[in-house]
Amino acid sequence: MNFKLNWRGTSYGVKLPEAKLTAVSPIERAPLPEKVIITLHQNIGAPCKPLVKRGDKVLTGQKIGDSEKFVSAPVHATISGEISGTTMLVHPATGQLVEALIISSDGTDEWVVPEAKDAIDTLSVEEILKRIREAGIVGLGGAAFPTQVKLSPPKDKRIDTVILNGCECEPYITSDHRVMLEYGREVLSGLNIIRKVLSPDNMYIAIEDNKQDAIEHVRKLLASMKLDRNCKIVTLKSKYPMGAEKTLIQNILAREVPIGGLPMDVGVVVHNVSTARAIHDAVSERKPFIERVVTVTGAVKEPKNLLVRLGTPLRDLIENCGGIDGEANEIILGGPMMGISQFDLGFPVIKGTNCILLKKSMQSKEGDCISCGRCLDACPMSLMPTMLVKYAKAGRYDACKEAYIADCFECGACAYACPANIPIVQYIKIAKSELIKRAAKK
Amino acid sequence: MTGDKRILISPGPHLWSGLSVSKIMYLVTLALILPSGAGVYFFGYRALLVMVTSVATAVLTEYVSKKLRKRAFVMDWSAVVTGLLLALTISPTVPLWMVVIGSAFSIGIVKEAFGGLGHNIFNPALGGRAFMATCFPAEMTTWVLPAGFVADAVTCATPLNESFAFPADKLSLYKALFMGNVGGSIGETSTLLILIGGLLLLVLGIINWRIPLAYIGTVALLTFALGQDAIFHILAGGLMLGAFFMATDYVTSPITNKGRIIFGVGAGVLTVVIRLFGGMPEGVCFSILFMNALTPLIDRYIKVRPYGLKKAGEK
Ligand code: SF4
Ligand code: SF4
Repeated sequence: MNFKLNWRGTSYGVKLPEAKLTAVSPIERAPLPEKVIITLHQNIGAPCKPLVKRGDKVLTGQKIGDSEKFVSAPVHATISGEISGTTMLVHPATGQLVEALIISSDGTDEWVVPEAKDAIDTLSVEEILKRIREAGIVGLGGAAFPTQVKLSPPKDKRIDTVILNGCECEPYITSDHRVMLEYGREVLSGLNIIRKVLSPDNMYIAIEDNKQDAIEHVRKLLASMKLDRNCKIVTLKSKYPMGAEKTLIQNILAREVPIGGLPMDVGVVVHNVSTARAIHDAVSERKPFIERVVTVTGAVKEPKNLLVRLGTPLRDLIENCGGIDGEANEIILGGPMMGISQFDLGFPVIKGTNCILLKKSMQSKEGDCISCGRCLDACPMSLMPTMLVKYAKAGRYDACKEAYIADCFECGACAYACPANIPIVQYIKIAKSELIKRAAKK
Repeated sequence: MTGDKRILISPGPHLWSGLSVSKIMYLVTLALILPSGAGVYFFGYRALLVMVTSVATAVLTEYVSKKLRKRAFVMDWSAVVTGLLLALTISPTVPLWMVVIGSAFSIGIVKEAFGGLGHNIFNPALGGRAFMATCFPAEMTTWVLPAGFVADAVTCATPLNESFAFPADKLSLYKALFMGNVGGSIGETSTLLILIGGLLLLVLGIINWRIPLAYIGTVALLTFALGQDAIFHILAGGLMLGAFFMATDYVTSPITNKGRIIFGVGAGVLTVVIRLFGGMPEGVCFSILFMNALTPLIDRYIKVRPYGLKKAGEK
């Protein structure tokens, strides 16, 4: 079954240019890198401790870092070779220094002996969750939250709905789109595993209407895998940020996650389609999460969707795509809206990297707010971004807090729409970090 | 390329709509060309002269104020909009030196003295018009019949004056009002062309429908309820121009959608009260100015309900 839903309260969000240059480019496997850099802190949660030291030989898929904390995910060697050193890197998302292990390839890509495969139906929920954790899977839509944590809601929270997110609402990025087309079976098998863990009443696959081929393909697969009775495809309008968890829940279920709450508070869990595929690989194929699809796009000679070993330096991938084309002066990890500018081409692909975008910077001069209200109309959280900016500029951080600044997930829709070119998200980030500092002092 | 000076680090988002303030003001100017053209068509060269004087003075005043305040002057079309709007709200017979004073007041005092675009409380064009109405009451209320380029101007009353000679049948009155063939300000007469310009801005997403609809709707309902001719009140005077081009000014109207409806309704009620019970025949200008003054208050108390905040009374 398939039904069409529109953006509820059509006034929120912004219409963006799509620029999906690689929508029809099949996924290509990137050549094995000569070295990989594996950061020990890739996701939300605790950092890993290294399990290997300099000079150790490692095999592809071997666990090389882990943590005892509940909210954490181990990291694995993504090529075989030798630990040739450690280094400190600036994590693009958090801006903090993180430790990283460098592996020099021996060129053989020799894998650890895989564990025996077995039928999923015989597995207990605990065993499935253990496999997901051991494989080091985190949310691949960008948030990089450890997946097994999301799949282990507290006992008092019943999950009645699972949403598989294939919206991919940011321009340029096509990795989820291609994964749905080329690994659709694995994605649905992953969804089936999620179903086994959470036993929800309803499952939805949310896809934006600019990916008709994926919608068709997934619909056929659902039928052929006999999953179509439990699971519906929801076609959503292409509007940014449609694929954000909270807006998805609002649009599909007409539920609102309470302020400061999580989707599970309204009985919902949202997983990205690529995460579902990784779950399939981990549970059914018993393969750790060591590679992912990355869209390399924008001002490169040949934009591509590449299947990449984690830890591959950005430079390798940009070269693989023919190098920088034209006047690009910004390297963005992620999409153009929420992605983060990167200054070092030696930085590696990490678990949450869905896109590498090269672009000419669009920075221009900030003007005065003309109270046009466009930022309010754009904000999916119904905040008043211009007020947040006003308070932040005046140093009135408590007023920011009272205006629900914590609910802003920095989607950038407001700044995109602002005719005065005010870097709203930047002001919001400053205010947030000031508030965090103050809270820490108390 | 590592360490290359060309690499830029900039905060996200890395995309921008490209719809800048000056583009918006430019589009408003374009939309105003229709009512302006109507003004020239009905009132001849004289109307054109008033408009050119007003716009030129506005831009020049903006330039001088920016220099005095040691700010960069950017030709962002907002002064053009103000100058043009001011010209459209006055009679084509107003002496040009008065136009210069009014236009300079609009930009120099109402806009720049408050801190420039974005910081002004009152709509600059209406502020200037109100100033002129106070200083030059006689000239500002002398109206002429539309004579185009041929005949000499003949003074007359506007339809909102009590001495206005109403045509015998309503239909020809409405038609005259709709097409603009009546005495009045340069740009307030042709409802049709104002409507086209306003709809253009609505379609382009430059203005929000809430204020014009609430404003015009309130005037219609209220005059109807008071036993007046509602259609006449919508078509006559400066209501259309005010509702589409002045009340919708971003800076001086509320930022929330709810606030905008309050603004529109408030302006509508005031307009009707002034027209029917006040000492002046027309109330659009002062109604909007009054609501401008209330706007900071409206914005202070009318907030948007954030996503996920429980509605009052919900558990
Ligand atoms: S305020 Fe935050 S959540 Fe709202 S549009 Fe701006 S960045 Fe997005
Ligand atoms: S979009 Fe920009 S100019 Fe418009 S109200 Fe928001 S901050 Fe002000």
